[in-house]
Amino acid sequence: MTLQEFLQNFANGISLGSLYALIAIGYTMVYGILRLINFAHGEMIMVAAYIAFYTVFIFSMPWYISFFIAIIITTIVGILVERLAYKPLRSSPRVTILISAIGVSFFLQNLGIVLFTGRPKAFQVPTLFSQVYTIKGVNIVSLTFFIPTITVVLLILLVYVINNTKIGMAMRAVAKDYDTSSLMGIDVNKIISVTFGIGSALAAIGGIMWSMKFPQLTPTMGLMPGLKCFIAAVLGGIGNITGAVVGGFILGLTEILLVAFLPDLSGYRDAFAFILLILILLVKPTGILGEKIAEKV
Amino acid sequence: MKRKIITSLIIIGIVIVILILLQNTLGNFKLRILNLAGIYVIFAVSMNLINGFTGQLALGHAGFIAVGAYTYTLLVMDSDLKSMNFFLEPIVPFLSSVHWPFLPAVIMGGLLAGLAGLLIGAPVLRLRGDYLAIATLGFGEIIRTVFTNTQSITNGSLGLKAIPMPKSFLFIEMKNAFTWWVWTAVIITVIFHFLLVSSSYGRALKAIREDEKAAEAMGVNIFKHKVWAMVISSFFAGIGGALLASLMTTIDPLMFRFTLTFNILLIVVLGGMGSISGSVISAVVVTILMEWLRFLDQGFMGLPEIPGLRMVVFSTLLLLVVLFYPRGLMGNEELSWNKITKMFQRFHMQPREVRK
Repeated sequence: MTLQEFLQNFANGISLGSLYALIAIGYTMVYGILRLINFAHGEMIMVAAYIAFYTVFIFSMPWYISFFIAIIITTIVGILVERLAYKPLRSSPRVTILISAIGVSFFLQNLGIVLFTGRPKAFQVPTLFSQVYTIKGVNIVSLTFFIPTITVVLLILLVYVINNTKIGMAMRAVAKDYDTSSLMGIDVNKIISVTFGIGSALAAIGGIMWSMKFPQLTPTMGLMPGLKCFIAAVLGGIGNITGAVVGGFILGLTEILLVAFLPDLSGYRDAFAFILLILILLVKPTGILGEKIAEKV
Repeated sequence: MKRKIITSLIIIGIVIVILILLQNTLGNFKLRILNLAGIYVIFAVSMNLINGFTGQLALGHAGFIAVGAYTYTLLVMDSDLKSMNFFLEPIVPFLSSVHWPFLPAVIMGGLLAGLAGLLIGAPVLRLRGDYLAIATLGFGEIIRTVFTNTQSITNGSLGLKAIPMPKSFLFIEMKNAFTWWVWTAVIITVIFHFLLVSSSYGRALKAIREDEKAAEAMGVNIFKHKVWAMVISSFFAGIGGALLASLMTTIDPLMFRFTLTFNILLIVVLGGMGSISGSVISAVVVTILMEWLRFLDQGFMGLPEIPGLRMVVFSTLLLLVVLFYPRGLMGNEELSWNKITKMFQRFHMQPREVRK
């Protein structure tokens, strides 16, 4: 492999990794607060992608407005999902909420099939994101630069919000101890809604960039990225935002580089994420940056 | 105990009578749904063992089903069928001439699935809760990806077509032999699981579900029990997978995505985690409902044809059940004569006595 090829793959890996990271944050935040694998999180990718597609396609809006609308609506959908499907079950056993999450995911996918039909649609990538630059023989689409940049900016913003604002402090408190924080006067329901909102908004941004990177929309498009991002979150240590980012980058980079170095194994690409996950879980069950939780007997 | 045996014999008798009646009255299509319902009963009951009774959220069922289905198919096909299927890349030589009868092939499917359960369960059952769920889900997907890529063994994503159906039941040739095989398997599966969960072994599993630490303190070897539960569960999943392959007559790796696992999990939850009779009822009802709801896809009451509406309605129903009736149909109790008689008594008795 030449240096050029390596750099090209590396850039691809970084941009895929930042997409994973962006979506994994939503998983990790929800898990940190509700201890729930939000299976419907992957569907937010699909919702955002289709809204962005239709607002451009039918109303011929400029892309920035359409993306903005997509993000807003996806955020609302995410909050609604929590309100309608998870909130009534908050005191039930965790497996029931998990099933409810699977049910929501199923529902959104099938609703997608009814509304948008199962036929794949081609996403129109704005020219700003599809320009090709050639740097020392390496061809790179401008999107490859945009994705990591946007991710890093959003990440800094998120970390600032969580560490320095009142609502961020409340989020940390709820994640630490649900009952005590409600006794301390924190509106837990509001905080959970905010968490879902932020997670869904990030997933929407991730989803839009995902559909620019892989411009084919189907109602089940959120399934695999959703699972992989969850894996990224577990890899890094679920409940830990830095962990989700680290996990996302590790997963994205290794996935791309594996295919680049061992093209014979490219068919196993989807399985690779799971193999990595199982290896990590067996060596360090709480993930790379996860803290060991003391067990109460 | 004696009463239990008598009741079970009566139930088996009733099932056989119903089957004889249904076979002679139902058309081919409805019979097919009956078979599918039976296969889903096997899936749901076996999944309930590990998820409901042992309390370990394992989501790798589709992978074990795939192992069973592929093992059965590769064993039962004759060399002509195989050479017809493997046109892109020839099948590995040692499999090309294998041609087994139906029953051994099905059992072998179960055994290999059980072996897969052992190989997967031994490392991952040390994990708990969500981690276990995602790891087993991952293994299911890994199995599927391996099947997609081993072109010379499984024919990859092209799948296998024209899988033969059995023509005889216990050496007797008959028209609906397959239905008899399926429902025999169902009866064996259900009885086996009933006996299992009411044995001391089953009580150990329930103890693990209720409180792992307490069970360990009482001397239950947690790891061994979990792995055994997983092996048994995957064995029956493999049997069901073999029957599914035979029913569908074609299989390909996409059939065994984790959507299949979710479908089965939903059936288990609707029936009640930890209730075998609940799983049986819910598997039959859901399978029939899924077929019955097909009218939604074809347009009704002046509505145009909307493909996919059936699944939307189904998932809405499911969400409603989970939200408003989270224990499922039976909770973790079983359907028993006492209960049925009590239920009828409730209608006749005075309210005061009912309260007691």
